[in-house]
Amino acid sequence: MYSNLIIDLMQIIMLTVGSVVVMVTAAFKRDHAIVCGLTVFSLVAALLTFVFVKPVLPFEATQLLIMDEYSLFFSNMIIVGGIAVALLAYPYFQSHNIQNEEFYILLMTATLGAVVLACSNHFVSMLLGMEMLGVSLYAMIAYPVHASTIAKYPLEAGIKYLILSALTSGITLFGIALVYAYIGTLDFDQIPAALADAEVLGPVFIIGVMMIVAGAAFKLSLVPFHIWTPDVYEGAPVPVTTYLATVSKVGMLAVTMRLLLASNALEFHAVTAVLTAMAAASMIIGNLLAVMQTNIKRLFAYSSIAHLGYLLVVVIAAAGIADALSVESMSFYILAYFLMSIAGFAVISAISNSEKELDTLADFRGLFWRNSWLSAVLITVLLSLAGIPLTAGFIGKFYIFTTGVEGELWFLLSMLIVGSAIGLYYYLRLIYIMLQPADNLTNDPAAAGLPVGVHVVMAAMTLAIIYLGVYPTPMINTLQELAGLF
Amino acid sequence: MILVWLMVILFAGGVGAWLSEKSNPQLPRFIALAALVLDLFLVLLMLFAPGVLGLDGSNPIDLGQPGEWLVLYSADWIPRFGISLIFGADGLGLLLIALTVFLGLMSLGSAWHEIQKRTGFFYFNLLWTLAGVIGVFTALDLFLFFFFWEVMLIPMYFIIAIWGHENKEYAAMKFFIFTQVSGMLMLLAILLLVFFHYQETANVTFSYFDLLGTTIPEQFAFWVMLGFFLAFATKLPSVPMHNWLPDAHSQAPTPGSVILAGILLKTGAYGLIRFTIPLFPAASADFAPTAMLLGVISILYTAKVAFGQNDLKRLIAYTSVSHMGFVLLGVYAWTAQAVQGAVMTMLAHGFSAAALFMLAGGLQHRIHTRDMRQMGGLWGVAPKMGFMAVFFTVAAVGMPGLGNFIGEFLVLLGSFRISMAAAAAAAVGMVVAAVYSLIVIQKVFHGENKNNLMVQDLTHVEMFCFALMMLGLLWMGMYPQSMLSMSEPTLRSLGVLYFQ
Repeated sequence: MYSNLIIDLMQIIMLTVGSVVVMVTAAFKRDHAIVCGLTVFSLVAALLTFVFVKPVLPFEATQLLIMDEYSLFFSNMIIVGGIAVALLAYPYFQSHNIQNEEFYILLMTATLGAVVLACSNHFVSMLLGMEMLGVSLYAMIAYPVHASTIAKYPLEAGIKYLILSALTSGITLFGIALVYAYIGTLDFDQIPAALADAEVLGPVFIIGVMMIVAGAAFKLSLVPFHIWTPDVYEGAPVPVTTYLATVSKVGMLAVTMRLLLASNALEFHAVTAVLTAMAAASMIIGNLLAVMQTNIKRLFAYSSIAHLGYLLVVVIAAAGIADALSVESMSFYILAYFLMSIAGFAVISAISNSEKELDTLADFRGLFWRNSWLSAVLITVLLSLAGIPLTAGFIGKFYIFTTGVEGELWFLLSMLIVGSAIGLYYYLRLIYIMLQPADNLTNDPAAAGLPVGVHVVMAAMTLAIIYLGVYPTPMINTLQELAGLF
Repeated sequence: MILVWLMVILFAGGVGAWLSEKSNPQLPRFIALAALVLDLFLVLLMLFAPGVLGLDGSNPIDLGQPGEWLVLYSADWIPRFGISLIFGADGLGLLLIALTVFLGLMSLGSAWHEIQKRTGFFYFNLLWTLAGVIGVFTALDLFLFFFFWEVMLIPMYFIIAIWGHENKEYAAMKFFIFTQVSGMLMLLAILLLVFFHYQETANVTFSYFDLLGTTIPEQFAFWVMLGFFLAFATKLPSVPMHNWLPDAHSQAPTPGSVILAGILLKTGAYGLIRFTIPLFPAASADFAPTAMLLGVISILYTAKVAFGQNDLKRLIAYTSVSHMGFVLLGVYAWTAQAVQGAVMTMLAHGFSAAALFMLAGGLQHRIHTRDMRQMGGLWGVAPKMGFMAVFFTVAAVGMPGLGNFIGEFLVLLGSFRISMAAAAAAAVGMVVAAVYSLIVIQKVFHGENKNNLMVQDLTHVEMFCFALMMLGLLWMGMYPQSMLSMSEPTLRSLGVLYFQ
């Protein structure tokens, strides 16, 4: 039994060991390349352990963590995100002369926190994961603050995130306390039974669940908890923005979905009503505000709000249909979103460094003719975000429509169509900007050579987007298997 | 498999053209030419010598499916949702594929001299649009159909957005958003249809053959049908969804206009004939009077609007909408003659509109304006161009002996049995057409050459293209039976009405 337990927790153990190794190395030998290489190496090693973990699934490793195909899928995604961010961070930080090594320690601990979230089946581990991820992110966002020249306002972004995130952590904690006071358990799986035992359904429980949902909605930046998103996305260094947009959301979504499904919280009309309102508002407001942006990071921030709104449609659908289809759709869409976001931010990071971030829309003028490889990646991403065929985003949108039709969510589907129509406008505008004739830029950053790592990230993500769009069957089979657990 | 090859050749040719630009900017157009000629060769073989390909046209392959499918290919794609790759072509499909490949060559001809910048990417987009259109005409799985419906959109967007004229951003954006949003409604309708079929049979499938005959709860039937109708009526286009077309046409480069008017509009009509009405016979029958009314309004209203244009390309664009009104009228009359007429109009309008857009584009390329007030007296300097303009204008108006006449006449004949009023009103449209068409000839080619425009007459490439299209229209006008007998079995299997 113990050997199984160890094999099961292997990813978490590897990540922990990795963080320690990276920390010790950084303490003795301050060398950016070595530390970054070591980080990537330990992340890859942690990723590869899934081959060993898979045979013993599913397994409840202690009360706090559950290892099954679902958590494995999400933790793999998280670790891949970590690797991509490490690869993007190297050239970004390399160009300025402060000590960069601690960044990778933070990256490791944040990734560890996100993996814990993905495996969490208990309020304690959920809070633990959230905080581990959150605290590391505060520092990561504000990381370049001591650099002599900095691209953006990392301190402002860091503080903003710190205050709001701490506040929502408090709210979540309060919500957990209320739920515990009412039903006396912290284990997700035991909530339905405890609820059945409780004589009357007091408002306390509902309020508690709402507070937890609010905490999750903050991390997922759903309207009306989205205010921080554009500012933090813009102020943070690009690699950290990438991390915020992908890993942090993937981890949070994994645990929220598990909580909602395991606790049957969606059976309460109040919860679905609130979620429906948040989904509709996110789709419309996110897309509308994105139209007005001139900064690509802010544009992606608002577009991510909208996409999380789309995702919420399948979560809400779980109230009326088989959980399995909902989980399957959610997993596919978040995977597509994850790939698109990483590829998109990789392009921004490829033409930026920590002294100068080229992130206004005007910086992308004529990119198609200046550097067709970079713009081909970005065009693929934008078309995928818009849900055009041959891309993963299309299959994802198809999943959402299918799930929505099955759940008979006509209102949300009409909002989805309206939102996507608005979305088309700003995605196309960016494509159009890239297609315009190139100006004669004096020093064209896109023309400068890029390290292999960035190219690898872009190529891998783009290929994955197209592969999933053209032949999604293998991935669908995997997802069907993992969704079967619910 | 041959249908898949048609697309693969175009897709591969497109990639080849793009890559070859680096070595020589003149090379892409030859690669595009080679791909299209190869496709044309295959299409001609399918039409005239199916035996060579192992298909026998006189003895259609029976796969147990309704209709007589000359070529059918199927394979699994996403079994989870019952999505498969089913391609098939019957008489109607073959006619439209032939039209697509032929007009593809024509637009290549118009691009030959006009497109000088970024040739590789241009021919890539051109060939991919054509491949997408062939996919639309052959896909018999609704998911696959939707897939190609969108695939043909993006390259067209690029063509307008990169090689278009002064207001291209607006036009390209409008084109994309109109088509995409109506497409999303169609996707929703497809999913609803599949959902109801699933409830009925506990079997998830997107196959056209399986979905035919699905019973849809009454309160939903209208809305599901409307989802399909809106997508196709936007593409066709019909009033009031026609708004994108004048902008897209006037801003697109000539080859883009040729494809847009000649082929892309036909996908909307094809969708109505193949999908909307057969899938929802009852709901469509209830909706038919409204659709026919929209058709008549399109004919008359856009004819009037066309009359008020000064921009040559906008004028032709509006006349396209007007002619497509006949198609809408014919399709929804749903009698054998009317639908035959709609098919003939689709083919003939493909030729005449493509030719007119090539003329307008050629003029713009030479004198850098589309404003007819700046023109005049061009017959004197460019007689060949003038002759062609008269020929194709007269064809578009519906001169007996040419294809358009057959089409519009049959539409009127067929819809007369269904609605006398609609047919009578549509007939007025033919009269108005003569007015706005002759105005064009007068303003552009007759009168005084105020600005002393020196216009180079048609080149050999252009003459060759126009001559081919002239022959095509003559054939359609003189021997329409060759085409009618091809589409007849298709329409019979789709269940059009026959009167004895």
